Amino acid sequence: MPAIQSQVAEEVHPDVALVARAKKGDTAAFEQLVRQYERQIFRVAQHITQNREDAEDITQDAFFKAYEKLEQFQGNSKFSTWLVRIAVNESLMRLRKRKTSRTVSMDEDVQTEDGSIPRDFAEWRPNPEQLYGQSELGEILRKTIQGLPPGFRTVFTLRDVENLSTEETAEALGLSVPAVKSRLLRARLQLRERLSRYFRQTKEGAKP
Amino acid sequence: MTCTEFLGKLDDYFDGKVDADVLAEVRAHVKKCSHCEVVLDTTRKTISIYRENEVYEFPDALRERLHAAIMAKCSKAKV
Repeated sequence: MPAIQSQVAEEVHPDVALVARAKKGDTAAFEQLVRQYERQIFRVAQHITQNREDAEDITQDAFFKAYEKLEQFQGNSKFSTWLVRIAVNESLMRLRKRKTSRTVSMDEDVQTEDGSIPRDFAEWRPNPEQLYGQSELGEILRKTIQGLPPGFRTVFTLRDVENLSTEETAEALGLSVPAVKSRLLRARLQLRERLSRYFRQTKEGAKP
Repeated sequence: MTCTEFLGKLDDYFDGKVDADVLAEVRAHVKKCSHCEVVLDTTRKTISIYRENEVYEFPDALRERLHAAIMAKCSKAKV
């Protein structure tokens, strides 16, 4: 049975009006969109590429591409999801260029079952982030996420750092919802396993 | 519920997307399985640590420089 289109007025996202104005050549409207999402796009690019210069280039390129292709944006998805998709593609392309001998794609390293079974069952100390200074903690978090395969890192970044829904993440990455879910679970478990090395409760009397 | 089944429900659990009966099963499982109890607790902490801490800085000066570069590129492209 064909689905009946809902006629109920949905709340219109404020980006819709900005995109419409930008399409008509209103640069100020486009600039507002850039302001709104530049931090997010930079963060996504930095998480995927793990390289600040690359992230800077990607942020510029992603917005420029979005500007050039604005006419093609049909509004079937959120503008931000469309933008993230452009940034993810640029980021993966950048990774491929950097590692010429290896292919980098969303499918890399996802066939293995490695990391899907928890091994470390030590409890963490209370407030583990307070064990380390801010810069030291940042270093630990960066090092830990760097160790994930790009396909897992990307899913984790969109879902848990950027708070995109599973459906939005699937759309931004061109993956199915089950694929996003399985990668997210493995990414979370692998990160947990690695962070456990720093945050685990040491046995009383045991020397580090 | 087995440990494998528990892991399979973990993401939906964090999203608050499990039905009441599954939620009860998850709770019952972690009550009797200390390993899964730790996995649940430390995975939750893993997510919140990444959510609450800015892993990469985005200083204002960099933001302004990037913003200006983006807008310059776009206005040049305008015919």
